[in-house]
Amino acid sequence: MSRAPLKPLLTSRIGARLIGAATVLALIGVVELAIRAGIVNRFIVPLPSEIMVAIPRIIVEENVLHRFWQTTQEVLWASLLLAAVGIPLGALLHRYRIVRLACETWVGALAAAPIVLMYPLFLVIFGRSATTIVMIGFAAGLAPVILKTLEGLAGTRQVLLDVGRSFKLTDSQQFWKILLPAALPSVFVGLKLGLIFAMINIVGVEFLINFGGLGQLINELAERYDLPGTYGAICFVILTSIVFFDTAERLERFLRPGE
Amino acid sequence: MNRAGAAAITAGAVTGRRVVIVRVAIIAGILVGWEALSLSGLLFRDVVPSLTAIGRAAGRLLTDPDFYANLSVTVGEIGLGLLIGGVCGLATGILLGANRFLSRAYESLIYYLGPTPKIIFFPVMIMWFGVGSGSKIAMGVVSCFFPIAISAASGMRQIDRVLILVGRSFRATTWQMVSKIYLPAMRDPVVNGVRLGLGVAIIGTLLAETKLSNRGMGYLIIQAYSTFDMPKMYALLIVLFVLAIGANALIGRLSRTAARNRSA
Repeated sequence: MSRAPLKPLLTSRIGARLIGAATVLALIGVVELAIRAGIVNRFIVPLPSEIMVAIPRIIVEENVLHRFWQTTQEVLWASLLLAAVGIPLGALLHRYRIVRLACETWVGALAAAPIVLMYPLFLVIFGRSATTIVMIGFAAGLAPVILKTLEGLAGTRQVLLDVGRSFKLTDSQQFWKILLPAALPSVFVGLKLGLIFAMINIVGVEFLINFGGLGQLINELAERYDLPGTYGAICFVILTSIVFFDTAERLERFLRPGE
Repeated sequence: MNRAGAAAITAGAVTGRRVVIVRVAIIAGILVGWEALSLSGLLFRDVVPSLTAIGRAAGRLLTDPDFYANLSVTVGEIGLGLLIGGVCGLATGILLGANRFLSRAYESLIYYLGPTPKIIFFPVMIMWFGVGSGSKIAMGVVSCFFPIAISAASGMRQIDRVLILVGRSFRATTWQMVSKIYLPAMRDPVVNGVRLGLGVAIIGTLLAETKLSNRGMGYLIIQAYSTFDMPKMYALLIVLFVLAIGANALIGRLSRTAARNRSA
């Protein structure tokens, strides 16, 4: 009898999510027990309880908030560049059909290219600085912004374009008053994708070149063999990525309420 | 053929010619601009080497047996990473796509962990699998698991319910359901997932090689950087880009060919 009300709760969306979270907690508990029992080497995997203790320590001692702000600034600069360069390039490809036919497959190939591997080249050109990190983020996120802008502009409904023509709008007016507003939802999707690509690559390059914000923190702690700190910093970066990704999703839904 | 059809074909041919001309013009413009920048001395010496220097470096690279030895190491690591990560991702995706409860409970974890920068796990992988190929393969696995699992789960949900019922009515075993119904029906999303997975596995493995390794393509790139051998670095990057984009295009083409053969 008492089981009956429990079943709908467990099969509901919230119940399932709770079970998902409980599974993660149970796994953490199993790891803690396995390390304490000596089944898992604590010099390879630190105790989860030690990691939990290390998180407040690294936040205070390693100046995490400042590092977080550094990474955020790099992401913001990269996203500004993405908007300033990617959207006009998408518009340019839309405006000149022959250039679009010639270049669209190249931009698609660029999206599949492992651009972040060029970081040693960027190091030589820009030095070991925030500029290298921002430029890698920008280069990695450019292709989706161009392609989505192009997709949005090309998908503008013919009736809207005809209305613009009936009002005898100039090319510039047609772009600013008809094409761009109609393409905005797709442009935002492109910016979101570009921003995510930029963020992933920025943290990655920070780690690789040992410079900047959160990525550098993980590298430094690993080089000091501060295991709980390293795991704690990785958890912090994962949480930051999740919050960033979730915010981008919510922002996209807010900006595209009808979709 | 009527006049309109002939006109359309002619217009198409003219457009095709124009596209080729524009492409050649863009490539020529880039090459001329590059050479001019190289000769101008605006950037530090050797940062932008001349095209002939890059060409010579590419020639030396492609005739060097050491290059192929390192390439085979990287290809092996990526291949093994893709195989392990792909099988795990596919199995996870099928499980999540087939069961609504599992999907609700665990899919959000995969969905949110997917876009995290995987290279941050490299210190952990070194501790678990050592500084050799094991940690690079593990990076490939971690990188490609997420896109393949997400694509497989999505593909599983798109399978026509009738096909699943047909399989059940024939009392197919779980393995028969997977091999005869699920996998053929979700081929396109799985292939897309593998394409995405291959791309991120290449990045994960090579970045790990640039960070800590004594062999592989990533090691060659970071060696060229350390010795400031810029023509060799450009040559390596060009070869890598061609291989990565080529592998991606090859999977896409194989998928399309298989689709055509199936529909024929």
